[in-house]
Amino acid sequence: MYKAIVIGVSAGGIDALGSILPTLPVDFPIPVIIVQHISPVSDSFLSKHLNSICRINVKEADEKEMAIPGVVYFAPANYHLLIEEDETLSLSVEDRVNYARPSIDVLFETAAYVYNKKLIGIILSGASKDGSEGLKKIKEQGGLTVVQDPETAEAEMMPKAAIAATKIDHILPLNKIGPFLVDICKRNRKSQTSTILHQGFLSA
Amino acid sequence: MDVQVTSNQQPATSNPQHENENIEINLLLEAIYLKYGYDFREYAKAHMKRRIMHRLSISGLDSISEMQNRILNDQPFFEVLLLDLSINTTEMFRDPSFYRTLRKEVIPVLKSYQYIKIWHAGCSTGEEVYSTAILLKEEGIYDKVQIYATDFNHKVIEKAKEGVYPIEFIKEYTHNYQKAGGQGSFSDYYRAMYDSVILDKSLKENIVFADHNLVTDRVFGEMNMIICRNVLIYFNRKLQSNVIELFLDSLCHGCFLCLGSKESLRFTGYSDKFETVNEKDRIFKKK
Repeated sequence: MYKAIVIGVSAGGIDALGSILPTLPVDFPIPVIIVQHISPVSDSFLSKHLNSICRINVKEADEKEMAIPGVVYFAPANYHLLIEEDETLSLSVEDRVNYARPSIDVLFETAAYVYNKKLIGIILSGASKDGSEGLKKIKEQGGLTVVQDPETAEAEMMPKAAIAATKIDHILPLNKIGPFLVDICKRNRKSQTSTILHQGFLSA
Repeated sequence: MDVQVTSNQQPATSNPQHENENIEINLLLEAIYLKYGYDFREYAKAHMKRRIMHRLSISGLDSISEMQNRILNDQPFFEVLLLDLSINTTEMFRDPSFYRTLRKEVIPVLKSYQYIKIWHAGCSTGEEVYSTAILLKEEGIYDKVQIYATDFNHKVIEKAKEGVYPIEFIKEYTHNYQKAGGQGSFSDYYRAMYDSVILDKSLKENIVFADHNLVTDRVFGEMNMIICRNVLIYFNRKLQSNVIELFLDSLCHGCFLCLGSKESLRFTGYSDKFETVNEKDRIFKKK
């Protein structure tokens, strides 16, 4: 039963995310947190654009807010995005990691720490090696690793580096990733519903 | 019973190794506080953990507990860790749009005061302080301003006092300065020397650099403007509230608080004590 999805993407992100995110329903049961490499002076154009074409809610992460289901969070430009033990989102301005800020490794490493094996980590198109170490951490904690098939990627360096770094559970062409997530989380929902009923019973 | 309304009903998965690490980190921060008086206990943990684990991995020590023992008995080693834990990434005219908005919406109000006190809280190595100084000079009000630039890290304050920066950043700083609405030429404010630039000492005349810890120290004066950018993000919610309360107590009515471009008062419990001057650049005014 997964509790969160983290996605890392660089060059080719607009198209890759434009293919995946619109497939997610408005009540997608777990939060999706994304680092898209962007220039430090970018505004929130990408998250606003995706929000307008998706059913699921897409926004830039606000610091200290809780990562909740039904929302896709983007790291803001020039800040690293981290996940806290209590599942709230934190920002930092530490040095660039793999020349990037936001860095995928930073998000993935903190997410692996918090969600352990209940995490899905996805690496998409990009011309960088950022994310490989992070994906490796996710695998070490028992999480599920997914990489976009390099043949379908606008920039294949990042998916290839991820594949070389650790065991990948699924290498999927871009158009299969969205449906894969919807499907795996449908099964998620079934088991979550029974948990909520149980909890409700206990607190009555 | 307090029930959190989220469909992730159980706490994030437990993992004995991580639980132990978290305990060790809390003990380490407690040790630092008890021994040296620096209070990192309410800082946002994910970032602290990264910094601690990074130092651990390059120090050759085997565990956080071993590092705790070392910092208690080896002050120079502690000072190295302290530098790791002080967040030092800054640049001149960072977020140029902030400085443009300052010129447009804040300076005209400050001009109406006979004497202006500005507090740069968490000033790190000083780049943003000198940026403010340049802006005040160009707006013609530097002479009636007193700037207090503080940070809890003494080494970093010493660097800030020098006003010497690596020449490799000059191109970026010049670009930022221009985008911030700089009215002169950025090179008027420094001279180059080997691989450094030395900022003009006229910029330092009305700046006092001092040690001050936002967590443990109290109000030291009444300010017309407080600039504290990208410092609060490192604090947990409780500490953020405490610091905003400190700022409220340090500000005159109708005076300004400037935060980092993604920081907000939303979770601090004090947002109703401020009105928003500029949402995009996070400039607020005490009601």
